[in-house]
This record gives sequence, C-alpha cells and structure tokens, in this order.
Amino acid sequence: MKRVYVNEEWCLGCHLCEYNCAFANSGARDMVTALKGKPILPRIRVEGEGDVTYAVSCRHCRDPICIRGCISGALHKEGGTVCIDREKCVGCLTCVLLCPYGAVLPGPDGAAMKCELCLKNACGEPACAAGCPNRAIVYEEREEETV
Amino acid sequence: MRVLEGQFRNPSGCAISAVISRNGERMSGEQIIESMKPMHERSNGLGGGFAGYGIYPEYRELFALHLFFSGKEAKKDCEDYLKGALELVKAEVIPTRTIPAITDEPLIWRYFVTPLRSVLASMQVDENEYIARVVMHINTAITGAYVFSSGKNMGVFKAVGFPEDVGEFYRLEDYGAYSWTAHGRYPTNTPGWWGGAHPFALLDWTVVHNGEISSYDANRRCIEMYGYKCTLQTDTEVITYIADYLLRKQGLTLEETASVIAAPFWETIERMPEAEKRELTYLRTVFPSLLVTGPFSIVLGFHGGLMALNDRLKLRSMVTAEKGDRVFIASEEAAIRAMEPAAENFYAPAGGEPVIVRVREGCC
Amino acid sequence: MSGINFLFPEFEVVRNDDRCIRCRVCERQCANEVHFYDAARDRVFSDESKCVNCQRCVSLCPTRALKIVRSDCRLRENANWDSDTIREVYKQAESGGVLLSSMGNPKPLPVYWDKLLINASQVTNPSIDPLREPMETRVFLGKKPKTLERDGNGKLKTELTPQLELDIPVMFSAMSYGSISYNAHASLARAATALGTCYNTGEGGLHEDFYKYGPNTIVQVASGRFGVHEDFLQAGAAIEIKMGQGAKPGIGGHLPGAKVGPDVSRTRMIPEGSDAISPAPHHDIYSIEDLRQLVWSLKEATGHVKPVIVKVAAVHNIAAIASGIARSGADIIAIDGFRGGTGAAPTRIRDHVGIPIELALASVDARLREEGIRDRVSLVAGGSIRSSADVVKAVALGADACYIATAAVLALGCHLCRTCQSGKCNWGIATQRPDLAKRLNPDIGSQRLINLMTAWKREIMELMGGMGINSIEALRGNRLMLRGVGLNETELRILGVSHAGE
Repeated sequence: MKRVYVNEEWCLGCHLCEYNCAFANSGARDMVTALKGKPILPRIRVEGEGDVTYAVSCRHCRDPICIRGCISGALHKEGGTVCIDREKCVGCLTCVLLCPYGAVLPGPDGAAMKCELCLKNACGEPACAAGCPNRAIVYEEREEETV
Repeated sequence: MRVLEGQFRNPSGCAISAVISRNGERMSGEQIIESMKPMHERSNGLGGGFAGYGIYPEYRELFALHLFFSGKEAKKDCEDYLKGALELVKAEVIPTRTIPAITDEPLIWRYFVTPLRSVLASMQVDENEYIARVVMHINTAITGAYVFSSGKNMGVFKAVGFPEDVGEFYRLEDYGAYSWTAHGRYPTNTPGWWGGAHPFALLDWTVVHNGEISSYDANRRCIEMYGYKCTLQTDTEVITYIADYLLRKQGLTLEETASVIAAPFWETIERMPEAEKRELTYLRTVFPSLLVTGPFSIVLGFHGGLMALNDRLKLRSMVTAEKGDRVFIASEEAAIRAMEPAAENFYAPAGGEPVIVRVREGCC
Repeated sequence: MSGINFLFPEFEVVRNDDRCIRCRVCERQCANEVHFYDAARDRVFSDESKCVNCQRCVSLCPTRALKIVRSDCRLRENANWDSDTIREVYKQAESGGVLLSSMGNPKPLPVYWDKLLINASQVTNPSIDPLREPMETRVFLGKKPKTLERDGNGKLKTELTPQLELDIPVMFSAMSYGSISYNAHASLARAATALGTCYNTGEGGLHEDFYKYGPNTIVQVASGRFGVHEDFLQAGAAIEIKMGQGAKPGIGGHLPGAKVGPDVSRTRMIPEGSDAISPAPHHDIYSIEDLRQLVWSLKEATGHVKPVIVKVAAVHNIAAIASGIARSGADIIAIDGFRGGTGAAPTRIRDHVGIPIELALASVDARLREEGIRDRVSLVAGGSIRSSADVVKAVALGADACYIATAAVLALGCHLCRTCQSGKCNWGIATQRPDLAKRLNPDIGSQRLINLMTAWKREIMELMGGMGINSIEALRGNRLMLRGVGLNETELRILGVSHAGE
C-alpha cells in the first residue's frame, strides 16, 4: 500500500507539515480560519533539533499494537490504513501509551487522534507530503513492508 | 532605379519536367516544350527555361558560355575580360524567334571557350575550377553581363515568359539532346529577371527546382565560404552550388549528395545497418549546413544523366515514368502524358529518395 | 566607522497580521535572520535591514501573509545621481573596499534578443507541425574536415575528430562546486544526463560522486587549475579552457576560505579553509601561441578523443580573438556575453566591462565565414540566454549551441537576489552551509531542470516548425529568419539582419 515515508536527509525542520496536517483535518476552508489564534493539533510532528530533524506520523503497521490494545474497538484497519472511530473511543489513551512511535495523540475532544493518511478529510491524500517543500515527506508505494 | 533580381530574395512556386534517353538518342526540344503546356497554371509568365545535354557535339571539348548582356557596353566589357582569361574559339548570337509573348530581350550570346593551359598550370587549378571562377567573376564584377550556362556540350535557354513560349523563342526544335529539363516559374516577386529564370547552371550542373527552401540563408552563408557567390538570391542557385561543391569539389557520389541535401532523419538513421548508419551519421555531421529543408522537388542535370530528388518530407509533388529507353520526371503525371501518352511504371519517389538515371556507357 | 548608517533598508517586509498564523516558517528559513518571533506579544517581527529579497519566506509562508516590496524611502536622486550610484558611494566611504556583487549585469543596456523577431511560413512554404512530423534538435559540436577521404574500395572513411553530441542545442554552463552546492551540482549532472546534454564543472574540480555522469560533463581547466588532474580530464566528455567569463572579463575568481570545507577542499585539491584565488590570466598563456600549446597538451593528455572548448568573454576585439582560437586547434569556442551571471564579481567590472553576446556572436560567426574557417570550430553562445526564443535567435545568428546558467539556477529556485557572495543562499544553491545546501533536494532540482529544458525544446520545435524548418542545422546561421526592430544601421550591419518590413 502507499504510505507516508520520511527522509531526514531532506527534512528542513520547517514544520510546515504540522500546519498542513492541522489544516487538512480542521475542515475549514482556509488555513487562516483554521489555525489563526488556535492551538495547533497536528497528527504529524517534527522531532529532533538543529541539523537533524524528522517528521513522525503513524506507520500504519502491519500488525498494529495500538489496535491490539484498544479496549473499545475504536481503532481498526481499513484496507491497511489504521483508522479511529472517534464515536467508539472512550478516551482511555491506552493506544497513546502503546504506540512506539508516539504517533497516536490525545485529541482535543478527549478521543485519541492519529494520521489516517488524509483519506477521511477533503484532502484525499496526505497533506503533509503534498505540502512538503523539499520532498522529505513522500507518499508512495514501496516494496519494503513496515512493522 | 529598377531593382534587379539578386537584390532581393525571390521565392517561387514552379513546374518542372525532364526526359532522358538511356540510349543517348537525341531528341528535339518539341517534346519537352509540350510537357509544360498542361502545367501552364503552375507558372505565371515570369520565367521559363530549358536545359539540353548533348546539344553541341561538334564542340564537345569546349565550354559553352551562354550570356545575357544588358547592352553593347556590357558586352564589350565582358568580351575584353573573356579574351584575357580564355581562348575564344567561337562567338555567336544565340538564334531566337521574334514572338509577341517574349519581349524586352537582352543581348543573348554564346561563346565556345577553353582555358589556357599555361594559366591553369600557374594557378594550380583544373579547368572546371577555372571556368567556375570566370563565371563567378563575370556575374559579380561585370555590370550588365550574366553567364547563365557554362558546361560542355550542353546549354541552358531561359527567359521571362511562359515556358512554352520560351521554348519557341529559342527555337528548341533545332537542337538535339539526349536529356532535357524544363522549368516554369511562379515567382512571388516581380520583376522576374531573365537571369533569375531557371534552370540555374554552373559548369555541367543544372538545376530545375520547385519549392521554397526554408534553409536558404544557412545554405547560402555556408556555400559562400567555399568561393561561391549567390548573386540571384534564389533557391535554385544555392542548390546548384551545393551540388557542384559536393559532387565536384568533395567528390561525393550522387547518392551521398542526396543524403546530405535531403538527409534521412536521425530516427531513420538509427534503424539502419551499422555500416550505413556510420556513413550517414558522418555525412550529416560533416555537412550540417548543406541540409536543405522546406519543400522542394528538383531535377539535377549533369553530363550523362539526371537525378530527381524531393525534400525529406515530400512537400512537393513529383512523379517519374518510363517508356522504352526513355525516363520521364515531372511535377505532374499530365506533363509526362503530354510527352509520351503510353508512358508506364509511374512512380512517386519518397521524400529524400533520389532517382538517378544515367545514359548507357559510351552513348553520350 | 561612524555611528550613522547612511543606508536605509532597500526592501520592506510587509506582513499581513490578519493572515499570520505564527507558524514561524519564515523565521526558521531565513539565513539572514530577518524574521523573529516575540513570544511576549505573540507576533512575528522583521529586521528588514538584513533582507535581500530572495523571497524564500514569501514562497514558504503557508497563508501568503508576506510580501517583500522595494522601500519607497527615497534618496534625493536625480537622473545623474540615481539611488544605486549614491548608495555605492556611501558603501565605499564606509568600507574602503571594492564593491562586490553577483549574477549578471543589471543595467538598462540594450538586450538585442528583444529587438530581433523570428520569421514564419505563409503561403509560399508550409509550416511544419512538430506534433505530426519529425523535428530534429540534435547537434554535433566539433571540427568538420575540409576534405573527405575514401578507402581502397571507395568507401568513405568515417573517422571524425572528436565531436560532442547533444540532443538539444542547450548546455548548462560552468558553475563550480564551491560557488554552488553539492546538491546544485547533483541536480545539473542528473538533468544533463537525462536530457542528453552536458553540464560544466566550472573551475572547481569534479566531486568523486559525479564521475559517473562523465559522458555528460564538461570538465573545466581555468587559471587556478583547481581540481585538475589526469582522472578529472579523462572523466569528461569535453575539456573547456576558461580564458574569461562574461560577468567579469579580465579578472580571475575568488572563492572565500569559508566556503572551502572538507569536500570542496578535496575536490579542488587545496587546504581546507584557504581562499581559492584564480589568477586573472593563465600564467602559462600570455598569447595565442601559448593557448595553442595548452589546447594540444590537453588533447595529448587525453588521447585526442575529447573536443577542447575555449571559453572567452565577449570583449571588443572578439572577432579577431575567435579567429585566433579557431586556428589554435580548439574544437569549440564558447563566447560569454556581458550579461552572464557569476557567484561573485567586482560590481564595476560586472556592470561596465564586455559587450553584448548578440553582437559578439554575430561578428564572430561572420568573421569566421569570411576567413573560411567557420567549419573548423563550433560556436557556443552564453551570457544571458533567457528563453527558447533567445536560443532560436542565437542559432539563427550563427551559434551551434547555447550555454545557460542563470536560467538553470532560476529553475533550481534562485530568485536573483544577487547576494551569492554572502554564502547564505536561502535556496541551497550558492552556499556550502549544510543546513542551507540540504534545502535543494536534487530529486526536485533535476526534475525542474528537465522540465525547463523539455519545455524549451518543445518551443524551439514549434518555432522551427513555423519557419518550415525541421532540423536545427538548417536554422544555424540562417539570418534571413530574423528581422530587427528599432535598431540602427550599424547594429543591423553587425547583426547581419534586415530591418522588419524589409
């Protein structure tokens, strides 16, 4: 399946992916309305500092530990993509603790939130990759299979 | 002041036609004149002409110079020059017939000449090169004089008018040639000058051409590097010089010359067998500026043969046919039918495909 | 020196606070440290005195909250003492130094390309549609033989002196590793390979990673001989001797030690941190016969299989110079006009020395033809070829091919801010700072170069087709395809073209 891959060699640490992510999932028409004066809650985060930076988001693992640990059945797979049913989520945040990448985060409404490859928002494909100025984040099919 | 051809660029549309006897039998000019009649629409009365090969058998070792003079003064200047440069064997007026369709004729003379051996030796050139230089000199340096034919045992006859009238004017029925080429001109500019009519000739080479070449100035500026002077600014002139340069000076074969002038596309060359590919790549690399683009169909006349060639996209019509030992080439099939109603094996050569016809060895 | 700053900032950073979402990408991306975030007031501010108007922040701002405008604070300028002239006096009075700047001559001198118009077929001759018919742009650069030879069987001997084969008549001209980044070189090398053309190492040697692009590389030998060794010479498809550069004729080059890091040091074969100073002349070439010796030495060193290019700046006597070079054994002459770019040049030289490439090219082509030696060399024209139309006009004037560099770096992201000499290129091109150089991902860079050249190639084919020409050879030197507008008799004579309407 197509996944989001990050190449730290080209990551500039500009953090634009975080803003593009937050905007994509806001449902707002424009970024100013979506993000101005509000806390930014992206599902991708730029880690590291100085010369080495790296954007981290859900790996959509083959056997996701977050799904195994989900007590309410909110986390599930849809054709390889790990998705969350926020109606079902009880906000126990077990998944946040379990994810080895720190890619599942507590959301503003109590439910957990995570990258769903922008398949469930108006973007249609990951906004982080589309907006990355240096192609450090790419959304593509690769032979290798992640964990 | 009247602007003469040569002082501006004059592209033309045209009709061409040619016939050759592979047995070297001599044909009068009537048949070739006939061929131009059905193509009347392709000319506009501003130029017509013919070239005949084998017409001066009695002077076959001498260069026959055909000249136009604007007046007696030009003739005198030119003759003074000729006397110093060459041995003049015979000088005479070219016989013409007064007809209403052809007017304003210049003085039209022919000279049978030969270069002085001693001059050739001291200049270290052969007789062809020497005559070519004489022609270039007259055409660029002697005002009012113009050499329009300069080969051996051949001659060009041309004028402002429709080709069938030009043929009648020059009494072509009185000449016998083993090959004829003809041209009717549709220049886009007036005045078409007598010198600007076709065929265009240098030494034995004559060219009749239909088309307007888009590569003109690239070709002209290249060929002028090798001592040619394009005084008429016509496509036919530059093609004649290219043919002379490649065939005479560089010693290329007719086929090789055709693949310089109408080079195959690189993608065609790449599909060819290795040896052929190497040779064609070489020719295109060595003579890039002699590639002729834009529409043309030409018939190149030379001693003992004809070569017909279309541009590589075949943007002008040209057909060939045969009957017995005769081969016919023309812009239109109708022209061939006018020469030989029973002609057969009609063929439309592909773009860039040369059709070469030679008189049998020893027959001319 | 004094406490007074005579120079007000040239640009203003205009931030639309209604749109600014405080993402601070501008702050993170500006190597000149123009932008800064004040947490106490939760606002982003700017110090426009540091701004060079490279537009990096403008391009990356996700809400388009930024624009950079020329400051309307004006000096009391007049037609003689314009703002730039006055500022330059202030700068020199402050520093006591030679003014430095970069990229090409910005002065309003005539751009002859814009005064030449191209022909098209109507009625007497059909135009050719490149979508339906073959349209050839391949060129071979190199010497053509004067006479042909045949073997015993009458077959043509097809051995030629070395030729450089290009699929398009455009190459990337010399920019050294050092003056531009590793990633910029990688982009150029990869694009040249994909396009079937060449890029040029400039006088900086060839990084070991790029030897694999050798068949599409022109290796340069300049007056400092930086990075020149046998493997380097063997690596390229052609060797270029750089005698001069359009942006700075008559002077050498200077790569500041700050840019000579470990990689550049190894590639140039000079100590880390040392200034790389190329002398003004080649100290083994004080005349044309010396050039001949270098040409033949390089040929000898590489087994006579590579064409040798001699690159010269377009100066007053260029026709005679080119004629001398044509007889020196060089296979190709590259002429660089006075609008050519550079990573750093003294401002006075950049703006006042040299002549336009259009006139230089036209007079060189005409002179070589007059002397009957045009076939002995190919001509490459550079020094501000900005578009496919410029390429077509250059070829019609007589060039075999063109060199582009400014257009190429523009494709890579350059915004012509003309401060390459600072080494703080925000676009990752003219810099050796790793954090900045990584901003140019060669995957993107090479693709943008390929896109640009593909687009130019299509346009060249369209223009040729309109003229009824289906091979670039038939366009070369075909000056009838050009007409001048608004040019005087002398200019027309030198260009060898008629005026429009004639």
